[in-house]
Amino acid sequence: MSQSSRTPARPQPGPTGSSGLSRLSRRGFLAGLGAVGLGAGVAACSSGSPSPAGTGGSGGGAVDLAFWNGFTGGDGPVMQDLVDRFNAEHEDIAVKMTTMEWADFHAKLPAALTSGQGPHIAIQHLDSLPTSAARGLLLPLDDLASDLDLTADDFIRPVWDAGIYDGARYGIPLDVHPLGFFMNTTVMADAGLDPADPPMDRESYEAALDALLANGVAGHWMSPHTFTGGQTLQSLIWQFGGDLLDADGATAAWAQDEGVEALSWMVDAVHRGWSARDVGQDADIIALQNGQAAFNWNGIWSINTLDEISGLAWDVRRLPRIGSVDAAWAGSHNFVLTKQKGTTDAQLEAAQVFVNWVSQQSAAWAVGGQVPARTSARESAEFTALAPQAAIAEQAEDLRFPPSIPGIGDAIGELYTALNEAVLLTKEPREALEDAAARADQVLADNRDRYGA
Amino acid sequence: MSAATAPVAPAPRPPGAAGPAPGGRRRPLRRGAWWTPYVFLAPFAAIFGTFVAFPAVRGIWMSLHDWDYLMPSKPFVGLGNYADLFDPTSVVFQKFWDGMAATGVFVVASVPVLLTVPLLLAMALNRKFPGRTFLRAVVFLPYVLGVAVVGVLFRFVLDPNLGVLNHLLHVTRLDRLLHALGAGDPVPWLTAQPWAWISLVGVTVWWTLGFNMIIYLAGLQDVPPELYDAAKVDGASARQRFRHVTLPGLRPVLAFVLTMTVLASANMFGQSDLMTNGGPGTSTRTALMVILDTGLGQYKMGAAAAMGYLLSIGLGIVSIVNFVALRERGGTRRPRRARRAS
Repeated sequence: MSQSSRTPARPQPGPTGSSGLSRLSRRGFLAGLGAVGLGAGVAACSSGSPSPAGTGGSGGGAVDLAFWNGFTGGDGPVMQDLVDRFNAEHEDIAVKMTTMEWADFHAKLPAALTSGQGPHIAIQHLDSLPTSAARGLLLPLDDLASDLDLTADDFIRPVWDAGIYDGARYGIPLDVHPLGFFMNTTVMADAGLDPADPPMDRESYEAALDALLANGVAGHWMSPHTFTGGQTLQSLIWQFGGDLLDADGATAAWAQDEGVEALSWMVDAVHRGWSARDVGQDADIIALQNGQAAFNWNGIWSINTLDEISGLAWDVRRLPRIGSVDAAWAGSHNFVLTKQKGTTDAQLEAAQVFVNWVSQQSAAWAVGGQVPARTSARESAEFTALAPQAAIAEQAEDLRFPPSIPGIGDAIGELYTALNEAVLLTKEPREALEDAAARADQVLADNRDRYGA
Repeated sequence: MSAATAPVAPAPRPPGAAGPAPGGRRRPLRRGAWWTPYVFLAPFAAIFGTFVAFPAVRGIWMSLHDWDYLMPSKPFVGLGNYADLFDPTSVVFQKFWDGMAATGVFVVASVPVLLTVPLLLAMALNRKFPGRTFLRAVVFLPYVLGVAVVGVLFRFVLDPNLGVLNHLLHVTRLDRLLHALGAGDPVPWLTAQPWAWISLVGVTVWWTLGFNMIIYLAGLQDVPPELYDAAKVDGASARQRFRHVTLPGLRPVLAFVLTMTVLASANMFGQSDLMTNGGPGTSTRTALMVILDTGLGQYKMGAAAAMGYLLSIGLGIVSIVNFVALRERGGTRRPRRARRAS
């Protein structure tokens, strides 16, 4: 009796008929699954082959190149367009672009290169270039640079210098991506501010935040997270006259008075109500999109994100000057050629053709939300026609970049911890910065031993 | 070789004769050559060897070096990587033990909830009532989601200023209750302690309780109903039946669930990586996050391997303690025999 009452709950159904049926359908299901898998495999093969086959048909044995990058945002399709155009114009070269998250990119690249499955061309951020060069992932590009007629005069100095490690050039700068001052003009107008004349110095900026507060809006949300609180803090440290590291790059300098002043300004904004408390990841830019905030210092890559939101009235300018000098954080994308077993001379030559070609399409690339690294491209009519990008590019001479030292990311990470603790009001700015500097000093010393600098 | 012999196995069982039909007679066992079991084991052994055994041994080798597989020199440092983990002045000491402490907090906070709530649910869903199967599916459903989905979803749900949760709390005025408990305004679900831990534990419970519940359900269905009948005849209350019939009957299942839950909680990574990014400060940066950052972020694979081994040894000890504490004592095998006899 009790036995039978439990039977239905058992995994195996009682009657043999239904069991046979389920068995049949299961077999059918598995067969179907196998067919689908096979189909997917075939599809994957066929989707991989057309580019070499298509171009090889006319040229006869096209050179295949793999190109990896982390352009997962609005910049990805723009780069894909460039690659497609390049492939169409060059019948003997077939470039296949692969895009992944930057975090995955940095983790996968070394392993892929050692196993010979990696890309021939890749993009590296300026601050990861020296690390990759020191770890032997990259090929020196001095010949390519002279072939391309790249000269220091045509580039922002730090970008040009950052590509050099141990006396050799490893990166060809593609673009710079600075921080910009984004604003929701509707929210500004509601608070009686003139969107056409945004506050550009400390006094007017703070007055504007007061006006917004009086209108019930926390005007500038201070993010306690790397994106984009980390870039905001670095910009402010430079604006107050401080720096991240000392001149030799041996110890952290952010705990000096200028750094404390910079971080204190962010924390005070929270105390005074200019910023919301407990800002979550990405909440600072979302608040601007929602009309809950007026200002946000964010990367130029946000241009395409904001453009896609219908009904949002926004504008962007260079960063206002809160400290004593103009300064804004910026990163830079660089082309690199990788060191990998099995790379043929033909592939190396083709890779140089590709880098050279894309490097000359700077203005087309700027559509993706970037500022061209070349001064000549920045001054071209094509680029100045891109209003938001050009507005941010006005500060080109005031851009500051992370120091190019191998393993620098490990040390800057400590600054982000201090930012998080201070803006979330769990530690005083000075204490947080000093603790972080002590940890970073150890990391820097450790990395000097490792990379033999 | 293995591919050629493997299909032989299912053949002797005609598909019509479904498994252990009640009262059906047993078929005589077919014995193969002495190497038959090894051939069957071969595919698994190959995978286990390639992806578990070999990397584990190589990991020990790595942990004895200052290992970055791209750098030309990988100096042998002996037990230096392990010694660093016990040296308060080293770079990794503070990070590692902060991570271990965070992992410990999460285990202690999440395991009791993940043991009890699914058990209560399993008991409720083990009763007969309309819609039971549907409810079981509903409870199990979140478990099929990936951690990336869960993490990003709750990052937005729990966002202090823009999240749905705080909005609902505000609309229903329940946030006053939380403010009375000392929570800031807005309630900092992801940006201050203890709220960040409460969120991480809550999300993990929502996400994984279905798995534990299914295991419990299977266990509950294995407790012989005669024992409940007998207990009822003896006048046992519901509480007494739970204490003296259900719990002893579930003992082996409990040991399994406890061990698996402790291991799963100690391996927590995705939730805090996505929802809090280790913050506020570094308070929710778990041991696994520290190991990943050390090994693949800073390329100190030797140090990361040493951390990994220390964590594994710790978890091994905890698992043994769990099993010993919940092992079956003499005489508890009786219920099973009783069922077989019936």
